[in-house]
Amino acid sequence: MTTTAEKTVVAKPPKKRKERDFRIQSKYAPYARFGKYAALLLFLVFFLMPIYALIVTSLKDPSEVSVQRVWELPSTWSFASFEAVWPKLQDGLFNSVMLAVPASIISALLGAANGFVLSKWRFPGADFVFPLILFGMFIPYQSVLIPMTETMSFLGLKGGLDGLILVHIIYGLPLTTLIFRSYFSGISDEIIEAAEVDGAGMLRTFFHVALPVAPPAFAVAIIWQFTSAWNDFLFGAVLTTNKSYWPVTIALNNIAGGQSIPFNEAMASALIACLPTLLVYVLLGRFFMRGLMAGALKG
Amino acid sequence: MRRFRRWGPALLLVTPSLLLIGVFVYGFAGWNAKVSTSTSRGYQITDDSVGLDNYQNLLKDERFNMDVRNVLIFTAVFVLGALVTGLVLAMLLDRGVRFESFFRSSFIFPMALSLIAVGIIWRWLLQNGEPAGGLNKLFDDVGLGFLAGDWYNSDSSWAIASIALPAGWALSGYIMALFLAGIRGVPEELREAARVDGANEPRVFWHVVRPMLWPVVMSALVILAHISLKTFDLLLAIVPKGDLALDTPAMYMWFTTFDGGFYGRGATIATLLLAGIAVVIVPYIWYSVRSERRK
Repeated sequence: MTTTAEKTVVAKPPKKRKERDFRIQSKYAPYARFGKYAALLLFLVFFLMPIYALIVTSLKDPSEVSVQRVWELPSTWSFASFEAVWPKLQDGLFNSVMLAVPASIISALLGAANGFVLSKWRFPGADFVFPLILFGMFIPYQSVLIPMTETMSFLGLKGGLDGLILVHIIYGLPLTTLIFRSYFSGISDEIIEAAEVDGAGMLRTFFHVALPVAPPAFAVAIIWQFTSAWNDFLFGAVLTTNKSYWPVTIALNNIAGGQSIPFNEAMASALIACLPTLLVYVLLGRFFMRGLMAGALKG
Repeated sequence: MRRFRRWGPALLLVTPSLLLIGVFVYGFAGWNAKVSTSTSRGYQITDDSVGLDNYQNLLKDERFNMDVRNVLIFTAVFVLGALVTGLVLAMLLDRGVRFESFFRSSFIFPMALSLIAVGIIWRWLLQNGEPAGGLNKLFDDVGLGFLAGDWYNSDSSWAIASIALPAGWALSGYIMALFLAGIRGVPEELREAARVDGANEPRVFWHVVRPMLWPVVMSALVILAHISLKTFDLLLAIVPKGDLALDTPAMYMWFTTFDGGFYGRGATIATLLLAGIAVVIVPYIWYSVRSERRK
């Protein structure tokens, strides 16, 4: 469903052949070129501007921080803002790691099984079930929050991280299932049939034929799930009652959400809370992109 | 029995996931709809039924009516803005730009940030105080002072539209990626053929590429619209608490449910939200799955 889209986004535009280039070069072409780069640079400024403000402000000496001077470079560099907010965010960061890592891995494993069955071992009714799973990806979480709090406190899973992990695994399933289903659709049926002819059952085929070729899909699913679990706010806000279990987004909102906190501390805490997912994006952006495109169904 | 041997293990493997999704997505949504027909309040679910009373009260509720108006304005500005920005970015990057991957990554990275953080950053950048700070100061500095505004602090009933700026900042790159994939999915032979016929690049785009982009436009519209209706984190981080001029149904649901304990009313708003999103998403999923089957 998404494989072509993934490839084309990453693919370079086709090389032009020198001798048969029919493109008509208008005499305005150099100006158009200039205009294109000027526009791109303007957009670049727009997209990077908030990050510039974020970094510069959190590295300034608190005495020279003000919204009026947000665009000025610091005259002296200082880590004072980070030192001020670190104690308040520390627990949140730890909780988010403890939450996002297992949630993304387990969700990806279950998604792999679902994706394999729904692409290569379609049981009768599979085509009916798949769209129902997909809908779970788009559902507004508001519409499940009240029953969820009820159920989770009934099960004794409200308050700590366990319940939150469970919920992230479940609501991650639609996307991980979709990612693996698309990925396994790309494996040729002959390989699966060959395994069957050799007497391998469904489980053996899954573990010995499908899983060994699936690491790229795992990378996409885990990275995407990690990012969404890390960035989630609603589930964390509803299911963690005790301050010591707050994920970092809740901690961030509670310390930096108001106007009462100094500008530099707000920026420093936002930067700290964003750093892990930003790092994942910079280092593994390719996989992140595929998760993104998969979420659009058609790309 | 042979049927079971063939399908049994596969079914067993997916059953836990299906049950969980069944309960947590459909079970909960249904239960929520049931709560919306009850008098539940005080952080408790009551098992009575008052029919559609909650819905009728909500329609008469001034706050809810303003929320609906707000979310429609926000959706219109945000969806259109992000769609146009995404398309323009994709067209700029389409062919032969130096440092393309750098530009592309810079436009998409906001997607990786938590919307709470995005909200906090923009809440400061979009201040309207005197002397000018944040974005207004930047406009002043580069001689575009007339662009400065009161943003979300404006008294205008359009103040909510200013939230489309951070929302568009966060999501335009995503739309660009969708368009870029769409544009590059157009076979090069088609473009080449038009060039042989004497079309210049703008005409190639208009007559060859553009008609093939409609499915992407539809996807982008559906995705943006459903995100827009759900928008919550971003608003929570930007909007000063209690500022009803910037309220939306998603915000109302949150505060009435978890600050006020009015489960019945909260469930009613949530059900309406779900209905609004289902209207755009269900046809979209149906269309996607059907067109995949045709391949």
